[in-house]
This record gives sequence, C-alpha cells and structure tokens, in this order.
Amino acid sequence: MDNSKIGHHISEQFNKELEDIRNKVLIMGGLVERQIEQAIEAYTTNNMELAEQVIKQDNDVDILEVAIDNECSQILALRQPTAFDLRLLIAVIKIIHEIERVGDKAEHIAEMAIKLSGTEKSVPHHELEHLSNLVKGMLHDALDAFARMSLEKVPEITSLDDKVDREYDSILRQLITRMMEDPRNITRTLDVLWTVRALERIGDHACYICEHLVYMIQGENVRHLSQEELEKIVNFKR
Amino acid sequence: MSEQQVRSHAIDMSSVLRGKGSRNESNETCIKVENLNLFYGEKQALHGINMEMPKKKVTAYIGPSGCGKSTLLRCINRMNDLVDSAKIDGKILLNGENIYDKAVNVAALRRRVGMVFQKPNPFPKSIFENVAYGLRIQGINDKQILEETVENSLRGAALWDEMKDRLNDNALGMSGGQQQRLVIARAIAIEPEVLLLDEPASALDPISTLKIEELINELKEKYTIVIVTHNMQQAARVSDYTAFMYMGELIEMGTTSELFTNPVKKQTEDYITGRYG
Repeated sequence: MDNSKIGHHISEQFNKELEDIRNKVLIMGGLVERQIEQAIEAYTTNNMELAEQVIKQDNDVDILEVAIDNECSQILALRQPTAFDLRLLIAVIKIIHEIERVGDKAEHIAEMAIKLSGTEKSVPHHELEHLSNLVKGMLHDALDAFARMSLEKVPEITSLDDKVDREYDSILRQLITRMMEDPRNITRTLDVLWTVRALERIGDHACYICEHLVYMIQGENVRHLSQEELEKIVNFKR
Repeated sequence: MSEQQVRSHAIDMSSVLRGKGSRNESNETCIKVENLNLFYGEKQALHGINMEMPKKKVTAYIGPSGCGKSTLLRCINRMNDLVDSAKIDGKILLNGENIYDKAVNVAALRRRVGMVFQKPNPFPKSIFENVAYGLRIQGINDKQILEETVENSLRGAALWDEMKDRLNDNALGMSGGQQQRLVIARAIAIEPEVLLLDEPASALDPISTLKIEELINELKEKYTIVIVTHNMQQAARVSDYTAFMYMGELIEMGTTSELFTNPVKKQTEDYITGRYG
C-alpha cells in the first residue's frame, strides 16, 4: 500500500489519525463486501441462519460509519486540514455513506431471502449470480482503488455500470413477463424485483465511491458527468 | 401555488452559485511586480519575482520563516531603502507607475502605500493625535478637517464606538488589539491606495485577531491590501489571493480557495498540509 499520500506530516499524530481513518474505512468496506456475499448466498441457498447474520452485521457497519464520521469532524475542527488532507476527509465522509448504503442493500437482500424462502424465485440463479458478481467486483475494485489511492482502475469500474444496467433490464423484462402471465405472481415477483434492484444500486454506489476518489486524488468534481467526460479528466491528470 | 410561491421557486441559479469572492467585478491590477531581485549584501533574498495584485482585493503571502515574504512586502513601499546593504533590481508598478523610478518621491509613495507592523507602534500621544498625525505633518491643522478625519478613520478601523469618549487618553493605555486597530486607523487617515500588513495579528489574542480580520474584510472595499501572515488559516480566511513563497522564490500564486483546496505545486501542498518537503 502506498502511504506516501497520507504520511510525512510534521505531526506524527496527524499521520496516525489519517492512517487510522483509512484503516477503519477499509474494515468497513470489507464487512460490507462480506455482507453482500453472504446475503446472496443466503438468498440462493435458502439459508435463513446466514440471512439473520447478515442483518445483525449491519449494526457493526452503522457503528463504524458513525465512528469514522466523528473522527473526520474532529480532525476538521482541530487541525484545519488543507489540500489533499482536506479532500481526503471530505471524500471519506461521503465514501462511508456510500458503503453504509451498500450495507443496507445487503441487509435488504437478506430480508428478501427470509421472506421468499421456500418459494420459487422466478429468476434463474445464474443470472442473479452473474449480476451480483459484477457489482461485487465493482465494489471490491473501488475499495481497492481507495486503499491504493490510485485512479488507475476507476474508468474501468465506472464503465461497468452500463453493463449492470443492461443485466438489470433483462432480468426486469423476465419478471414483467412473469407477472403478466399470472397476476397471482405479482406480490412475490415484486419482492424478487427489489432484490435485483438492490444489486443494481450497489453498482451505482461503487461508481459514486469512484467519483469521490477522483475528487480526493485530483481535486476535480466529476459527479454528474458522462463516462467519456470522466475518462478525459482522469486520464488527463494521471 | 400562488404566483408568488411560483416565483420564489424559480431560483436564479447563477446568483446561487456565485457566492463569496464573486468574479463579476473587474480584476484590475493595482501592483505589478516584474523580475524583482533583491540582495542583502552578497546574499540574494528574492529571486526574479513576478506577480500581479488586483485592486481592492486582499493578497496574502505565506511561506516559512526567511522565505522573503516580509522582504517582498517591504519592497512595495520602499522600506528596504532604509537597509544599507539592500540592492534591488526589477520593477514594481503601482497603478502602472514604477515606484523604483528615480523621479519618485519616497515620502509621497509611502503616503500612497501605508504599512502596519507586527507589533502595534502607536506614538506616545493621545489617541486623537495619533490618528491626526499624518495630516498634521502634511500641514493640515484645520480643526474641523482633523476631527472629521479622526472620526472617519476610527470608524473605519472599528474603534470609534470604543474610543469616542477617550480620544484624549494616551494611546499607550489601550490594549494590544486596540493599539493595532489604532495603528490601522492612523494608516488609513491619510487615505492611501494600498495597505501593507506585516503579521498584523500575530501578537494578538484570538478575539482581537478576529476583529482585525473582520476589519480587513471591510477595508478591502476601499483599499488594496497585502498581508504577510504565518497563520495559514488566517490567510485562508481573509485573502482573495494567496502567494506561496519559498527560499526567496514565488512558488505559486492563485485564488485562495483554489490554493488551499487544490494547489498545483507539490511544494505548496507540502507546506500547507504541514508535511516536510
């Protein structure tokens, strides 16, 4: 890991504080990655115990979010950081919010796993797994980019969002067909839809994390820009 | 929705986004430094400085001790003329006129470019006489003019309400923060174009410091201000532009908001984030 961006302050204590925040963000990210993994497994294997565990774990994620938030505001108040340090803290405050939202999505999938257990899920498992692998990969790479403080993979991660949307649309079409075939399926199919939707949103949050990273490392705000515009900015400065 | 409600919903985005430090005013240059080199004897203290300071804006110089920021500031009203070993080449243009031109009257220049130092230096006279001093030495003794100027200057330095009943008290009896504002009042009494502030708040407590900063904000309506400060947060709070100097060179100059959030040069980044370069 590259510590050069965080370290080298005259105040050794400040180095430690920033390093501590980074480690906590990575721990939080790791927790949420595991949550998604387990939620999908619980969903596809009807494992109720695992689903309950995912729901419980969300508490840890929430506690970490609040703790990191507090540490960031402490540093802002006491050290009046500037330049990269300032952008790091602002980006962290936003990134942990995205991670926390991803945790909520995992919790949501676990809830659906419990609710839909024993019923036929109307989406072939391999399609759901494909989508979940895609978004898990995006989140993992986004967190990895944060750990390395590198934008190298960012354009690649954000470019996957289109693919996620296409997968989502294709599953959505299948679900609509199913609901049209037999209106008695609607309630259950809608629950399946929320699950798929939760996965699609995880992909979005991974992209938002990437946008915050661009701000953190380059100082450029790339929110609400197209993929082409983002690539231009990231590649121009790198 | 009533028509009024509809109207209040139609927000003018451009005015929302403009915010502080609006860029719609003209950015006319007041002071322009061209290729300025300064030597103290053999030692070169300033290396080829080029910069422009806009009119009625606050420009802050930051940098580690001995980087030349005070030296550069003192060049703007030729204070370095008083140092025997100092030798200067290059130009400083004040509203287009080179202040190092042989024809320039230094006393007249210093009337146009006022200066306030780190330690308040009131004269051991009454508050009134301190502020009136600049006019008296110009031969102005008309009571009404003096009274008006003293009142306006003290108001300008946010000191009138505190001091209006004590104008005949000795200035040395004032607190440090009040003395510093008195010195600013004395400087603006002769209506200079530029105010140079060399660490104006470094000897003051936090409240007096905030008062001085507030004052700087008000004074820039009328004057072009250049401030040297060791306190980076202070530079960030009071200035529109910031110049970072290191070892006698100007490393980077830009708008304060840009320089403190996203500096271009690594040396600037290292300095403002407290890293060893």
